[in-house]
Amino acid sequence: MERLTLDATVSKPLSFDLRQTSLRQVNQFLHRELTAGQTVQIAHPDGAHSLAVGLTVPAEVNVEGHVGYYAAGMNQQARVTIRGNAGPGVAENMMSGRVHVTGFASVSAGASAHGGRLIIDGDAGLRCGISLKGADIVVGGSVGSFSAFMAQAGRLVICGDAGDALGDSLYEAVIYIRGEAKSLGADAQFEEMRDRDYEALHELLSEADLTHDPRSFRRIASAKQLYHWNANAQQDY
Amino acid sequence: MPSLNPQPSTHLEASAGYDHRIISYIQNAAAHGLYEIRGLGAKRRLPHFDDLVFLGASLTRYPLEGYREKCTTKTLLGTRFASKPIELETPITIAGMSFGSLSATVKEAIGRAATEVGTSTTTGDGGMTPEERAASKTLVYQCLPSRYGFNPDDVRKADAIEIVIGQGAKPGGGGMLLGQKINPRVAEMRTLPAGVDQRSACRHPDWTGPDDLTIKIQELRELTDWEKPIYVKVGASRPYNDVKLAVQAGADVIVVDGMQGGTAATQSVFIEHVGIPTLAAIRQAVDALMEMNVKDEVQLVVSGGVRTGADVAKALALGADAVSIGQGVLFALGCNSSTYIQQGEAHSAEADYAQLGTAPGYCHHCHTGLCPVGVTTQDPILEQRLESDVGTRRLKNYLQTLNMELTTLARACGKQNVHHLEPEDLVALTIEAAAMARLPLAGTDWIPGT
Ligand code: SF4
Repeated sequence: MERLTLDATVSKPLSFDLRQTSLRQVNQFLHRELTAGQTVQIAHPDGAHSLAVGLTVPAEVNVEGHVGYYAAGMNQQARVTIRGNAGPGVAENMMSGRVHVTGFASVSAGASAHGGRLIIDGDAGLRCGISLKGADIVVGGSVGSFSAFMAQAGRLVICGDAGDALGDSLYEAVIYIRGEAKSLGADAQFEEMRDRDYEALHELLSEADLTHDPRSFRRIASAKQLYHWNANAQQDY
Repeated sequence: MPSLNPQPSTHLEASAGYDHRIISYIQNAAAHGLYEIRGLGAKRRLPHFDDLVFLGASLTRYPLEGYREKCTTKTLLGTRFASKPIELETPITIAGMSFGSLSATVKEAIGRAATEVGTSTTTGDGGMTPEERAASKTLVYQCLPSRYGFNPDDVRKADAIEIVIGQGAKPGGGGMLLGQKINPRVAEMRTLPAGVDQRSACRHPDWTGPDDLTIKIQELRELTDWEKPIYVKVGASRPYNDVKLAVQAGADVIVVDGMQGGTAATQSVFIEHVGIPTLAAIRQAVDALMEMNVKDEVQLVVSGGVRTGADVAKALALGADAVSIGQGVLFALGCNSSTYIQQGEAHSAEADYAQLGTAPGYCHHCHTGLCPVGVTTQDPILEQRLESDVGTRRLKNYLQTLNMELTTLARACGKQNVHHLEPEDLVALTIEAAAMARLPLAGTDWIPGT
């Protein structure tokens, strides 16, 4: 495959047009040539899958349009902004860095993300934050059912409402919700908000440029009744 | 005059339907209200490789000299799309077993033994340990539904990636690691508090169904710049359909794990009653590859109860490109042995087995974390019962023996390459095995169902 050579010293942002350059070439550039502090613009993503996956350096990548599955998947350190909607699994298994979706995100946003921040200005679909392992997710709108399923660590902030079974089988992750959850999942419970919750929310909302009052949120965490295999528990939970 | 009160009979007749095993199962359920969780694989008798025999050479087939003539075992996996396929000295590979169910020392010993014989080993649920990476020349990194410890740095360090859809011991079920095995290191790798029972998810968090899998595979390829082979592992339940869908999704290698495959901890009801035997699964998997015309392009790895060199040879003859072994590895390391070796001396472990309510030869207590011989434990004292050097040597010997048996059988069938073994070299001893493997019943030309 032809290797892209771009002048990394230019001060204006590097630009790619996915109608002109293949996804493979763009990703390969981002893996091998991207350096810390650079800014890259990507035009016409047109729903491409796996765009900007596996980035490893603290650079800025701006995608101008809608993306398909797994955009910015497994991100490390990079700041990726998607000016549009994102398909399933945006920022899945992210380790660090920041991914910002200005539109809506489809299912499994931030699935199993270990670290970093995922900000979704609009709504997120089903299973947002499923298997979350330490990242923070802030959703400006609402989330679909089964969000934060088996979430182990990290925080999910929902400024709107949630569908069914929110926080089912939660471990140590914490959910903050401003609106209503249609139902809570097994072992999830509302808990009293404490000072550290308000502080955390204040910081997370500011980072997402949201001005909601932290006092308008409620906290959901695990009741820890499923932490140990329990024969007396209802087996239909 | 005969008595009206009959004497108790001296003839004790056991019930076939309610034998002592079933009676004890019912009584245990009644006493505890719990199902049994245990390790290893199915214990029931199943149609298996033992039900097949090789025909060997004859007047119409020419054998090779058993000790002298060359018989290659080299194996290439992942030739379809990956720019860096896996090259192995033998088709006998090591199955995924987690750090957590096994200690770091055991994982390291497995890596060293695999490297010495020129084969690959595989991570498991819980991620990759640095010890394992350093010890293993060729390491396959599993992408499991739980994503415990899943890290893109480790994806890049791996030599191949295996997307695990299911496991032969429990197709459709997730994993389980009971709290007693979760020491602080295991807990940290899995991002969970120590001591909590860990139920691994049974579905992947970011994709559902074969169309999504296609895109997931593409993501992993993009992440690794299309270098590394991507395996897809399925538990054998509907292998014909699953293999076709995995090929369609873009897998380089398909791993089919039959119901005899082992587990570190799962409900017995799952182990014994879900999935199909390995023998039945191979035929269906090979049919799927042949129908799609990709038999030479997509490699098939078979696992689930592969124990001996004969099992390996039979799997290859039926169409596998390689096999993968888990439980055999544990037994080679000392599982179910009455003794363990420390500083060159054998010590009895019988009392420890007794404490678990079992005995050498019957143990399946991996889930307890109290392995009497130090194989499946995180306990710092028990762990020392398997010294890394001892484990490496024993496992290397075992793998070497299998390879020698494999080439012996291949030569007897006149093959200079173990991959030239073919179904024509085999017949079945039972009607069930003949039907499942689609081979003639020995001494006849009858293949049931054809
Ligand atoms: S001896 Fe150890 S490895 Fe073997 S079954 Fe028992 S607990 Fe498991």
